[in-house]
Amino acid sequence: MRLDIAGIGVTLDGKPILDGVSLTVPRGSVVGLVGPNGSGKSTLLRTVYRSLRPLTGVVKLDDADLWSLPVRESARRVAAVLQEGGSSALSVAEVVELGRTPHHGMVSRTTSADREAVRVAMERAGVTALAERPMVSLSGGERQRVHLARALAQEPSLLVLDEPTNHLDIRARFALLSTVRGLGVTTLAVLHELDLAVRSCDHLVVLDHGKVVAAGEVLDALTPTIFREVFGVHAKAERHSDGVVRITYAADPLGDL
Amino acid sequence: MLLVVVMVVATTIGSVGIPLGDAWSVIMGHITGNTAGLDPVADQILWQYRVPRVLLAALCGAGLSVAGVVLQALVANPLADPYVLGISSGASVGAVLVLTAGVGTLGVSSAAFLGAAVSVAVVFALGQQRGRLVPTRLVLVGVAVGYVLSALTSYIQLRANPNELKSVMFWLLGSVAGARWDQLWLVSAVVLSTVAALMFYGRRLNALVTGEESATSLGVDVRRARIGLLLTSSLLTGTLIAVAGGVGFVGLMIPHLVRLIVGADHRRVLPLAALGGALYLVLVDLLARTLDSPNEFPLGIFTAAFGAPFFLWLLRRGRTLVEA
Repeated sequence: MRLDIAGIGVTLDGKPILDGVSLTVPRGSVVGLVGPNGSGKSTLLRTVYRSLRPLTGVVKLDDADLWSLPVRESARRVAAVLQEGGSSALSVAEVVELGRTPHHGMVSRTTSADREAVRVAMERAGVTALAERPMVSLSGGERQRVHLARALAQEPSLLVLDEPTNHLDIRARFALLSTVRGLGVTTLAVLHELDLAVRSCDHLVVLDHGKVVAAGEVLDALTPTIFREVFGVHAKAERHSDGVVRITYAADPLGDL
Repeated sequence: MLLVVVMVVATTIGSVGIPLGDAWSVIMGHITGNTAGLDPVADQILWQYRVPRVLLAALCGAGLSVAGVVLQALVANPLADPYVLGISSGASVGAVLVLTAGVGTLGVSSAAFLGAAVSVAVVFALGQQRGRLVPTRLVLVGVAVGYVLSALTSYIQLRANPNELKSVMFWLLGSVAGARWDQLWLVSAVVLSTVAALMFYGRRLNALVTGEESATSLGVDVRRARIGLLLTSSLLTGTLIAVAGGVGFVGLMIPHLVRLIVGADHRRVLPLAALGGALYLVLVDLLARTLDSPNEFPLGIFTAAFGAPFFLWLLRRGRTLVEA
């Protein structure tokens, strides 16, 4: 499905956080949301997974206005991998099964469809071998994979990720993002690290002070001007001969700004 | 099953021993409505005193344990128990006022329930923030309100005479000795329906303990779930404290015990905490009334004196502490 965010405005404690943000995530693509700290990236995501109702604007998944659906209904379409929720005493399989919550009413029991969805989700996220382990015994990278599996068990049409690679070591970061890329699910991800963002996203949206300042293909969005004016560093992104986009920072990235 | 057996056996033991067979025929006689030919003394002791008492102990144990599970999960604090929101302090003020001064025409139970209701209302009113119930805030408000009310209770106790003090002490530590059929019907209706309602929250509690945002993304209406859980468990706790006083420890430890044994999935923890709590309190009450028969001890002394060492033993035996 395709995500259309249009004219989103959010005010927290009288302070404008987002101001008329619009963006589109085409079906099946991975779009990275980047920007400096406090630019409103995570706040924008919260309006998508329904944790924060925007003051203005709409969030549409194909033709459905997410905020006009019952919360259980929207949770069947949008799944989130967040930074919280680490220290639960549940086992891996139990955490992944939480992803089935929106598919159940108050009394319904676990069905074979649930078990199948959980099995498939664990396989796609690569955590099948961890099924019986308690969450507390996992490494940060494994735990994030479990949260990804939980999100996949929701069988969502849209995946939103809020800095999923935070606190992970470098190998786990590459591994997690390559798994996400391989899913083929429409994905909107807040990514802190630009190096990872340029490698793993089809498109980038750059936020600054609550506004979209650049959007499009990776090289079109991350121009030297954007690096300088938004991120405050001298750098450029370019496609190398092996086809991979990499960022090169100036010898003195902070010089003369 | 084990619970039923223990409950029946518990009715046979007391200052007057009644053979198991007689006890069974009395209980079955009343259930089937055929009470002819029963020994009137055994019938009187059993049906009028022991059966309601054992039933009340079971209801208390089940209710407090389930309320403990819910509150520990809601406020994400392993030290939480059913009284964490100041409910027992409110009930104490009401009960102690009646016990010492005989205020108005209210009975102890009604006064305690009223006190509990008022304190919960105050805690909810002060604990919300722009219409949202914030768990950490609720706990702090609950503790603060609890201290204020405990101070009030202490002050009233200071001015009471020694005779009244003993009954105050008994009430504060909890007892099911006052169980009678006429109030038991109402109590069991409330307890059974609230406990049953809470059983349906297993999935949502599992989602809630992963965090507010995460629960929302799983399709849980966090605000509604919190309000439902808090109101239901408060009604449950308030009812129990009104008839049995402040039975401590059960609502704190049974949830942890159950989690140590079966893990943290609330769909298992809730029903097993109800059974385990019921079993535990029936046994504790048995001890409380037989150890120094015909004298009685308040339950609170035994719930802690026997429960805590057992809990510590289980904790040492392996497995790390399972948090809510």
